[in-house]
Amino acid sequence: MNPLERYLPLVDDEDAFLAACDRPLPSVVRTNPIAAAPERVRRAFDEEGIDYEPVDWHDGLFRLPAGSPGTNWPYVHGWIHGQEEVSTLPGLALDAQPGERVLDTCAAPGSKTTQIAADMDDRGTLVANDNNLGRLSALRHNAERLGVTNVAVTNQDARNLSLRPFPFDAFDRALVDVPCSCEGTCRKNPDVLDEWTLDHVHAIAGVSKGILTRAIQTTRPGGVVVFSTCTFAPEENEAVLQHVLESEPCELTTFDLPLRTEPGITEWDGETFNDAMKRAHRIYPHHNDTGGFFCAKLRVTAAQQDGSGTDGVTAR
Amino acid sequence: MSDDGSDPSNDDGSDSPSNDGQRFDRLPETAADRAVPGRPTREEVLAWWEDRFGIDRSVLEPYTFLEKGAGKVWIYRGEATDPCRIEALGMAFLRTRQEHWKPTTRAVSRFGRHATRNVVELDPAEAARFVAGEDQPIDRWDGDWGYLIAAHELSGDREPIGVGLYLHGELRSRVPKGSRTDVGRLDGEE
Ligand SMILES: C[S@@+](CC[C@H](N)C(=O)[O-])C[C@H]1O[C@@H](n2cnc3c(N)ncnc32)[C@H](O)[C@@H]1O
Repeated sequence: MNPLERYLPLVDDEDAFLAACDRPLPSVVRTNPIAAAPERVRRAFDEEGIDYEPVDWHDGLFRLPAGSPGTNWPYVHGWIHGQEEVSTLPGLALDAQPGERVLDTCAAPGSKTTQIAADMDDRGTLVANDNNLGRLSALRHNAERLGVTNVAVTNQDARNLSLRPFPFDAFDRALVDVPCSCEGTCRKNPDVLDEWTLDHVHAIAGVSKGILTRAIQTTRPGGVVVFSTCTFAPEENEAVLQHVLESEPCELTTFDLPLRTEPGITEWDGETFNDAMKRAHRIYPHHNDTGGFFCAKLRVTAAQQDGSGTDGVTAR
Repeated sequence: MSDDGSDPSNDDGSDSPSNDGQRFDRLPETAADRAVPGRPTREEVLAWWEDRFGIDRSVLEPYTFLEKGAGKVWIYRGEATDPCRIEALGMAFLRTRQEHWKPTTRAVSRFGRHATRNVVELDPAEAARFVAGEDQPIDRWDGDWGYLIAAHELSGDREPIGVGLYLHGELRSRVPKGSRTDVGRLDGEE
């Protein structure tokens, strides 16, 4: 079964959706403002005879019609980083500020980490965590290549994240970019559709609930938690948010994204979700010629009352 | 990541017994604060960048310097406990505890734009050879021998490429194996 078919009832134009999912994705690079402003990157592309197209909703993104970004001077100097357009959205939603304490729970290979570091002007503390050591080495390579100095890299299961290595007990913001069934990346990697199973969806949604819960517990009251996936599956999106809305002190907040999105859904497969789910964004491939994506923004409303699950939060 | 690990000139052979390769320890401010023998001080690090490359102390002042593994100094701008046992704090920055201290490629690419001396400017062909990891004669250089910053001009400004070792009229590229690039080709995969 093609898993995309189960999402047809959610989209406005079934044929356009399926057709877009079938087209390969253009290669996109993000400029790294730690190293160079978009204007300087553009001039270097011109000097080197590299074709590019700007992306209308983000002045730091360029579509490269042909060739990988691996072999030109702007890449060598860490001025650019290959990153899908939709992958820049969680960073925009997170809106991390210079000097803050920020957590990236599932950070490898670091596309969003390095984007967040640049938003922080490479100041403050950005904890980049992942439970996969091999993928963390790719993250470290990317962070160094892009000249990031404010990242602390940890190798933990984000469901039990400990703040012991840090002299503070809560973050200002957290990005929770969880592992998922990834149908949204089918334009880059069609295999994800063949490997898809509903059992996997449910298993991975369980992991996501644990990771998002812990992220909320380690974020200060008033702090922001952004949740994102590259799947269309409501089990891995709205259902995960529903779980934390019921169990943790948090609320969904309204936010804008600079391209066409659809609201999160309130009903799926006989289950109903909180009406606030409409504040989340669903991104379908045919609307902006991108990958598929899901992004929600939460505000932490109060401190944990009972202290459960906060072991290791306070560095003593 | 010690991306310069492939460089044989890095090997100083010995590990100080009182230095722990598994954790980050903040550098002492000055020699008077030094507890671990042989550990470089923050003051020495700031002075070295200023002496060698003319990088003003104010550029590096906001950063914390840490040692992990004998002589490997990291640069980090953020908070952490001291000592700290995690995978990485900031980036590998400088190799000390050897006769000639050596900056990492990443350090030079991040901070080299502030350098005012010991920067050798390469023309386009020389720059391409350098980043491919090739050694080459550079006869015009009449400055110091030893570790230099190799740079070139790109979109109107000088941009550092990496660390070169200058000896006997030859500039030896110290770009680590994993970062060497053929900038001529456009269709290669990374
Ligand atoms: C969607 S990817 C993250 C992509 C990354 N944010 C980026 O932009 O480059 C999900 C990551 O979650 C990691 N992961 C899976 N389970 C985890 C867990 N329990 N704790 C921490 N990380 C986990 C995986 O190793 C994978 O790297």
